[in-house]
Amino acid sequence: MTQQVNENIVDKSIKRVHKLEARGVKVFYDNFEAIKGIDMQIKANKVTAFIGPSGCGKSTFLRLFDRMNDYVDGFRMEGEILIDGENIYKKKVNVEQLRKQVGMVFQKPNPFPKSIYENVAYGLKIQGIKDKKFLKEKVEESLKQVALWDEVKDDLNKSAMALSGGQQQRLCIARTLAVEPSIILMDEPTSALDPLSTAKIEELIYELKQKYTIVIVTHNMQQAGRISDYTAFFYLGELIEYDKSKKLFTNPEKQQTENYITGRFG
Amino acid sequence: MNNIKANRLKDQIFKYWGIACTLLGLVLLAIFIGSILIDGLQRIDWDFITSLPSRKAERAGIYTALMGSVWVLVLTTLIALPLGIAAAIYLEEYAKKGRLSSLLEVNISNLAGVPSIIYGLLGLEIFVRVAEMGSSVLAGSFTLALLILPIVIVSTREAIKAVPQSVRDASFALGASKWQTVARQLLPASFGGILTGVILALSRAVGETAPLIVIGALTYVPFAPESPMDEFSVLPIQIFNWISRPQEGFEVNAAAAIIILLLITFLMNGIAVFFRNKWQKKLG
Ligand SMILES: Nc1ncnc2c1ncn2[C@@H]1O[C@H](COP(=O)(O)OP(=O)(O)O)[C@@H](O)[C@H]1O
Ligand SMILES: [Mg+2]
Repeated sequence: MTQQVNENIVDKSIKRVHKLEARGVKVFYDNFEAIKGIDMQIKANKVTAFIGPSGCGKSTFLRLFDRMNDYVDGFRMEGEILIDGENIYKKKVNVEQLRKQVGMVFQKPNPFPKSIYENVAYGLKIQGIKDKKFLKEKVEESLKQVALWDEVKDDLNKSAMALSGGQQQRLCIARTLAVEPSIILMDEPTSALDPLSTAKIEELIYELKQKYTIVIVTHNMQQAGRISDYTAFFYLGELIEYDKSKKLFTNPEKQQTENYITGRFG
Repeated sequence: MNNIKANRLKDQIFKYWGIACTLLGLVLLAIFIGSILIDGLQRIDWDFITSLPSRKAERAGIYTALMGSVWVLVLTTLIALPLGIAAAIYLEEYAKKGRLSSLLEVNISNLAGVPSIIYGLLGLEIFVRVAEMGSSVLAGSFTLALLILPIVIVSTREAIKAVPQSVRDASFALGASKWQTVARQLLPASFGGILTGVILALSRAVGETAPLIVIGALTYVPFAPESPMDEFSVLPIQIFNWISRPQEGFEVNAAAAIIILLLITFLMNGIAVFFRNKWQKKLG
């Protein structure tokens, strides 16, 4: 009991054990139920992987945590999503503020059709930051974090569109880091990349989890096994099994999970 | 076997038919431009451009009409651009997709097809009479702005739509508001496309005659306009006026003025094509 209390005090001042939480979450696109009631807690400073066959709702569920579904036509949600214990779907929540705290990396690298520098500085500039020196330092720091600095430091004014796919994706991660989020959501960030670029991103994710809570959707089971601490298996809008990755991949509880990870369907 | 032969024959026939049709258009255009050039080219000099109208054909120039056209173009742009772009942004990025927005959409597309003289009647009632602008440059500009507004809206929407959804996603995901995304990503990325549409719309406006005649633009003005409230004429009206005169000299003047008007239109279209190419390269 005392231990519990102590842990809670630590939670408030440093970090909670559970960074993200879903409570009774259902999602509808018009009348189609894409998420059918999910309760889940995601640990801080860990990598959590979402796996499951195409169309099972991984992206939909992931995008709930930075409210990226809000603009989707026909989208409706029930239940609660909590970040650090706060329901982010409450009326008074500032969505723009929330998205600074929760970064997102997409499936296809999507740099802005602007220079490399402008891509990284964008998130800071829209916050009204104009200090050139600060911006420069932040751009450099972010590019170094994703190990892209040495490759592009002489071409910061070149168009980001000229970079290779792998470089573009690292740029997109750098752009996200520049805003200093505490959570990074990644939706199949390597599915459009070659094996070498994929390896670099995986290495990067491994380093980033010291500072960030990372949730990654992947349908590459090896990848989930390599980089994640926890894995959640989704099927037809339901959370079937959620456990330490080691456990889930070697000794799953559910037959459906086993079928999926052994490649018997999906 | 026979079938294949027959098909190939049809293919050939259609090919030559197509070539003939294309050539017909080109030839007619060439004949038209050629005859205009023959008639009018020798008449064009600096004096022709800077002279005021006159009853004597060889002393008459297009100065007042040209200035009238420039005034109308500038004011039309100033009116149509902000209205058209704002409407396009609203429809594309803000409006909920529903029955109302599709009704608006159909209406705007239809407006683009309304005969220009109807816009003239509308302008006469609203701007000349109700808003008491009289037959001024401003009234003419408002009328032409209405006329090209649908074109500006439609082409701006196309340009904004062409910006990939992923750009919006990325911007929102970094905490940008809708307005920031529009102002800092969508508008810059679609700038070339918007400009192309606007220039094409304006090059249509510069050739419009009917609606301006309806609102009371003059066929003869002794002075170039000096303020938006002045009376005015424009190039196509000047041409129309000259052509309807019996003396031969004025026909030559009309041909020369047509060359100038064509030059302006071609120039504007050229600039539009230039921006379109540049813009396509940037997005691709
Ligand atoms: N914008 C949308 N409108 C309607 N249905 C959608 C939309 N987005 C996703 N869906 C549906 O929701 C289900 C889950 O989709 P998604 O979350 O993209 O799955 P996953 O990422 O696991 O492949 C799918 O059946 C999909 O067809
Ligand atoms: Mg997906």
